[in-house]
Amino acid sequence: MPVKPVKQTYVNTSLYAADAMGVCSALYELDGMSVMHDASGCNSTYTTHDEPRWYDFDSLVFITAMTEHEALMGDDEKTVRDISEAARQLNPRFIALAGTTIPAMCGIDIPALARLIEAETGIPSFGLPTDGMHSYLRGAALAFDAIASRFVKETEKTAALSVNILGLTPLDFSYIGIEESIKAAVKAADIEIISSWAMGSSPEDIEKSASARVNLVVSETGLEAAKTLEKRFGIPYVIGTLISGFTTDIIEAIKTADADKRNINPAEIFIGRDAASVAVIGEYVFASSLCAALSKRGISAYPVCPLESRLKAKPSDSVSDEHAISEELKNAGTVIADPLYAPIAKGKKFIALPHEAYSGRIFRESIPDLTESIEKILKELI
Amino acid sequence: MIRRITENAAVSLNLGETPWPPKFPGGLEYSSPARGTWNIVHVGMLLPEAHLIFVCAEACLRGVVLTAAEMGAMDRFSMINIHENDITSGGMETLIIDGVGDILSRLEKKPRAVLLYTSCVHHFIGCDLPLVYKTLRENHPEVDIINCYMNPIMRKSGLTPDQLMRKQLYAGLKAAEHDPKKLIFVGNDFPTPEGELRELIGFAGFSVSEIQDFSDYDGYLSMGKAPAAIIFNEAAKPAGNELKRRLGIETIYLPYSWDYAEIRAGYEKLAGYLGVHVPDYSSLEAECEAAAARALRLIGDTPVAIDYTLTYKPVGLAYFLASRGFNVKRIYGDGYSKEEQASYEKLSEIRPDIELWPTVNVMMRKTDRAETDYLALGQKAAYFLGTDRFVNIVENDGLYGFGGIIRLMALMEDAYKTPKDTKKLVQIKGWGCGGCL
Repeated sequence: MPVKPVKQTYVNTSLYAADAMGVCSALYELDGMSVMHDASGCNSTYTTHDEPRWYDFDSLVFITAMTEHEALMGDDEKTVRDISEAARQLNPRFIALAGTTIPAMCGIDIPALARLIEAETGIPSFGLPTDGMHSYLRGAALAFDAIASRFVKETEKTAALSVNILGLTPLDFSYIGIEESIKAAVKAADIEIISSWAMGSSPEDIEKSASARVNLVVSETGLEAAKTLEKRFGIPYVIGTLISGFTTDIIEAIKTADADKRNINPAEIFIGRDAASVAVIGEYVFASSLCAALSKRGISAYPVCPLESRLKAKPSDSVSDEHAISEELKNAGTVIADPLYAPIAKGKKFIALPHEAYSGRIFRESIPDLTESIEKILKELI
Repeated sequence: MIRRITENAAVSLNLGETPWPPKFPGGLEYSSPARGTWNIVHVGMLLPEAHLIFVCAEACLRGVVLTAAEMGAMDRFSMINIHENDITSGGMETLIIDGVGDILSRLEKKPRAVLLYTSCVHHFIGCDLPLVYKTLRENHPEVDIINCYMNPIMRKSGLTPDQLMRKQLYAGLKAAEHDPKKLIFVGNDFPTPEGELRELIGFAGFSVSEIQDFSDYDGYLSMGKAPAAIIFNEAAKPAGNELKRRLGIETIYLPYSWDYAEIRAGYEKLAGYLGVHVPDYSSLEAECEAAAARALRLIGDTPVAIDYTLTYKPVGLAYFLASRGFNVKRIYGDGYSKEEQASYEKLSEIRPDIELWPTVNVMMRKTDRAETDYLALGQKAAYFLGTDRFVNIVENDGLYGFGGIIRLMALMEDAYKTPKDTKKLVQIKGWGCGGCL
């Protein structure tokens, strides 16, 4: 019988971390309590595959352990009671409630539940309308945006050039020191770092983010927060990941953004999609920054972002499933991607570039620090 | 950056003051990093020449696809990713039917069976799963399509996901002429080791097989020739009931146990079925006692903690050890089998001071993990105590009968003498079923 290609099928590739997990990852170091409104499974998935800090760095992440009866009967009081009770025991700085699939399907009003919890506990609380059917990008973006909207205070700008680094989570940068390389590269340009969202900064640092002159968005998880901080405090933003060979462009863009008070995406001009034969699969800011770095070394490359990016240039960039990604790779001779993408790049030169948000912890030890160097990739390309 | 919340949790119960069944307060739940227990992917992968297809939302798929990836089994795993419009459009049945067809057409080798896992969403939207399965079976008559479930929201409604998975693992077996001299073991994650049980079966002139013996689907199907199934694991009882209903296969339930009388009773039941006299196991009991005495001489009054991931009967094991002088101080578990009640009451009499600790209570996030002098029996206990001396097995690991007791005593001695890398080992998912970490 004839077979219909189905867009939502994945024969032997993986999927990205989901939105609710993105919420928990973004807020992990901020002394709050993140709760996924879920039956079971989201918590262990997050703590096993999406959170490399879980074993050594305590943070409060839980699930509501929803049951069929609660879902059917709409027992919101229990959710409020359980979260309030845990908060009383653990005294978090804030409470974030993230929805998953069943609450979304039952029409549970997550932001309203958060308001009830705040009224009950007196602890600042916010609900994020995640539904388990989007990627971490959306969840982390919602979480960072909630922080930008509610917790950043009006502060005088620094006299010297300064930045917040937005969108820094282990899902995109792992937990192997890359975040330190990024910060070192910024500091080496004599730019002060006010805060990094959210690895290695205290909640107090984050609160002072309005004193920065520019926001640097290193992954798309930080974009919505950058827009909110621009709206609230007039801070312009630069989009780009500090990748060796492309770092100077980003530093220059930060200076220009500060001087001209405008937003800049310096990678855009380097992406020569039509002539390129190297495809980089990944989160859009990272992938386009790597393409820019390669372009500066004479290799034309284009990003393939299977995530719901708002930065994609063309509708044709909208890919998510195996059929669409394969189509995007049709003309590529070389594919740079997470090792779990290898099955759909058969017959092409494949360069492994593990991405924690895709393959979790499996290849963590071989994730390269591209802020330090891209020579290994260049060697493989040539 | 290493940072810990250092306040001590105080959520334990005192066994002597806690009537059966012990219950911890409900509420939010915590997930510890100890991940060695098996999930529905690990169990499903036991079916040879089968392909697993999960139909779920992204948040649910993530955990199972990376389970398969960590097992190095991505070539046996596929997914259909549910989007919001699939829930509202009424096209879920078509998505599954066409999705499975698409996946099967793209596999290099057609599997003999597909374990098709639907999820909580399908239950709630009233997806017509009987129609889905009927259509799939018509469309793909050469493949056994087996309905499986990943619906944790139903974990307190009817069969648990664990029970369901163990039941459906044998749903591919078909009616076959029974061979009266054949037996099967059903419902175990680990192969059943050599020992007095297999010896008894062999002595009676019977053969026995289990799913782990087979690398091909035909071998698996041959299990349908057995007129009786031996089940150790309580969670596999529904599998036995279903085999009886569908194929007339009797269940011989020989519960996992740490109690000589219960073990002997099991063998008497089995011997009755086999038509032989039950052997005299007094020498094996003596061996168990000698092994326990030897372990005790080494371990002395070192505090011992047991958790539910090591054995399905942690209270029974605690009683066995405590009644022989081991300094059992803690048991970790969130709920206990009804089969543990007698052990609980006996233990309460001899060691009412033993502490019962939960594992999912939110306050467990605040344990300081500094009780490094403990010998832990199980990964969760090792994690919560912060000890590097622990017995690293899960799901009973084939420890059955007298031989199982003797082996566990040796494992305890080894654990006491040889520290382990707790952080590295306990985070590996599905301990013992292969993996690339």
